[in-house]
Amino acid sequence: MAFLNPMSEDAINLHTLREGITIARLKRMLRLGIKSLWLHRLRSLLTVLGIVFGVCSVIAMLAIGEGASYEAQEQIKSLGSQNIIVRSVKPPEEQKVSNNNNQSFVLDYGITFADVSRIQATIPGVTVVVPGRIMREYVWNVRYRVDSEIMGTVPWYPEMRNHKVAKGRFFTSHENEQRENVCVLAAEMVDKLFPLEEPLGNHVRVGSDYYKVIGIMEPRARHAELGDSGDSKAATLNRLFIPLATARVRFGEILMKRRSGSFESERVQLHEVTVKVESRDDVMHVADSIKQVLERNHKKKDYDVVVPLELLKRAEQTKKIFTIVLGSIAAISLLVGGIGIMNIMLASVTERTREIGIRRALGAKRRDIVIQFLVETVILAAAGGILGVAVGVAIPYIVTYASQMKTIVTFWSPVIAFTISALVGVVFGLYPAMRAAQMDPVEALRHE
Amino acid sequence: MTIADSTASPASTTQRRPIVRLNDVRKTYQMGAVIVEALRGVTLEIREGDYISIMGPSGCGKSTMLNLLGCLDRPTSGHYFLGEDDVSTMDDDALSNVRGARLGFVFQSYNLIQQLTVVENIEIPLYYQGWPEEKSHEVAVRLATRVGLEKRLDHKPFELSGGQQQRVAIARALVNDPLVILADEATGNLDSVSGAEILGLFDELNQQGKTLIMVTHSDEVAQRAKRNIRLRDGILESDVRRRH
Repeated sequence: MAFLNPMSEDAINLHTLREGITIARLKRMLRLGIKSLWLHRLRSLLTVLGIVFGVCSVIAMLAIGEGASYEAQEQIKSLGSQNIIVRSVKPPEEQKVSNNNNQSFVLDYGITFADVSRIQATIPGVTVVVPGRIMREYVWNVRYRVDSEIMGTVPWYPEMRNHKVAKGRFFTSHENEQRENVCVLAAEMVDKLFPLEEPLGNHVRVGSDYYKVIGIMEPRARHAELGDSGDSKAATLNRLFIPLATARVRFGEILMKRRSGSFESERVQLHEVTVKVESRDDVMHVADSIKQVLERNHKKKDYDVVVPLELLKRAEQTKKIFTIVLGSIAAISLLVGGIGIMNIMLASVTERTREIGIRRALGAKRRDIVIQFLVETVILAAAGGILGVAVGVAIPYIVTYASQMKTIVTFWSPVIAFTISALVGVVFGLYPAMRAAQMDPVEALRHE
Repeated sequence: MTIADSTASPASTTQRRPIVRLNDVRKTYQMGAVIVEALRGVTLEIREGDYISIMGPSGCGKSTMLNLLGCLDRPTSGHYFLGEDDVSTMDDDALSNVRGARLGFVFQSYNLIQQLTVVENIEIPLYYQGWPEEKSHEVAVRLATRVGLEKRLDHKPFELSGGQQQRVAIARALVNDPLVILADEATGNLDSVSGAEILGLFDELNQQGKTLIMVTHSDEVAQRAKRNIRLRDGILESDVRRRH
């Protein structure tokens, strides 16, 4: 076997030995790192788990948070950001009396038609006013019965509340004026009332009156509307819309409520009034004016003013806080994962002191040793990151499947989670790697 | 011995070039409050193709000498020329390059890396010199074949006997075509048969012109070298060239 003459022209120049890091070299480093980690499979796996949990909890929590806030915002938006909703509220003193005495008498409260005309007449910037009356009654189709809220309202209600008609049509002004017995069903009650038939054109019965079904609304968000004062969420969903004028004629001024052991009667002219404001900027002023107008004319606080825009702003604020909280939890869990990595790498460095000595004796520079150990930690962290992303993206689907909760995995949340986990690998791997590199080769070789 | 000699033509066979020159090399260690003088002025010249054994009682400075010769450590004072370079003044990175490119190590406990195969172990010095993988692989396979391990290329060290492991180590020491091969009790952990095989390999390498320096306790092993150096208390006690 022929050897090179070390002193010949081909002799290796000590100062130009090393070129930069090439792709091939990087691949080799990765392979070497994986080999070393594979030597202690269980240990590597456990180390990786710390990062996996960190990353997947970040993604899952963000998805759930995003979903919840999206749902809340959708609900608020469905109320209309230019709207102000005034609702009749049973004043608290009356509620007490009726509960204590347990007798029947007529309660008189709520928003009146006079209030509506006052608002319309005195407050500038108000464009449309949608009054609504709500009666709690059973709706029948032969033998099918649904506990429902009958809402007497005006023809422009769908447009105002961003609640569209899915099938058929809403009633017209003409039908309202003529007090016709027509109705529009909420999507949620269609299956219960008409399991077999086509509802459009059919009739439903409320009390002793029949109403012709002329339209079906689109389904609403799953939860009850925000700020709703409805007795039960199911009834709120099961809304039956009829013309306001029809409602006044058919149901009269006094409404009876069945309560356990007693009847309760109340006289409420309007349950709900939606005020549309011309410009979004004026919503807050107009809301204040409405409050003032109502305050002057009502002795008791038998109304409630809901401003969706205000709710929207509050929801955004909440989301911000939520994100900060989640961010801190994420940071902490990744920190814990990072400390786990550092711990293991320090142990690994001590355990592999001899290997470090051998490599140094065979020509490895300090830099090579640093890179070797850093590559290993980054592999651990990146593997944890990838697994964490996979699990973290799967969890929201499971949550949605199990609890019907809406979740949204934004595209950047896995990206950020993975990047942070890789960074954690570098940051927490640096110290053990430096310690490995600072070892004296002679001492390291002597290490048992 | 003058510098002029080192530039002599490689064609000259009678006057071979000196490749290791120690010039009044001293090494002192601070052990707590005590200063230990491990080497107290060693001057030595080793020429190309030499086969040297270093012996001496424990604590005589053998290990220190080997660490210095192996560029794992720097002398406290004095100069060490390896080839034409003054190694004693180099920084850590340059020393790493010298070790990787000009020296071969064979240790008592083989010092193979457990998670790597035979070929990968042999490749290590070339890896740190930035050789492309195909080339270093080819050279490593050639050397593994040369030391008789052509059937064990992809075995891990723990699957090999001590003698085989030491042969891997020798192949690794040869892979960078070093100026000097340093062997530290290379047969110390081996049975007599494997030990004899390894020593036979050393003889063969020396016959092909390799320069070998071995540290040993055994007179029998030392007998095979052409030149026997004895250390005592950090100085050269004797330096005998024997005729074979």
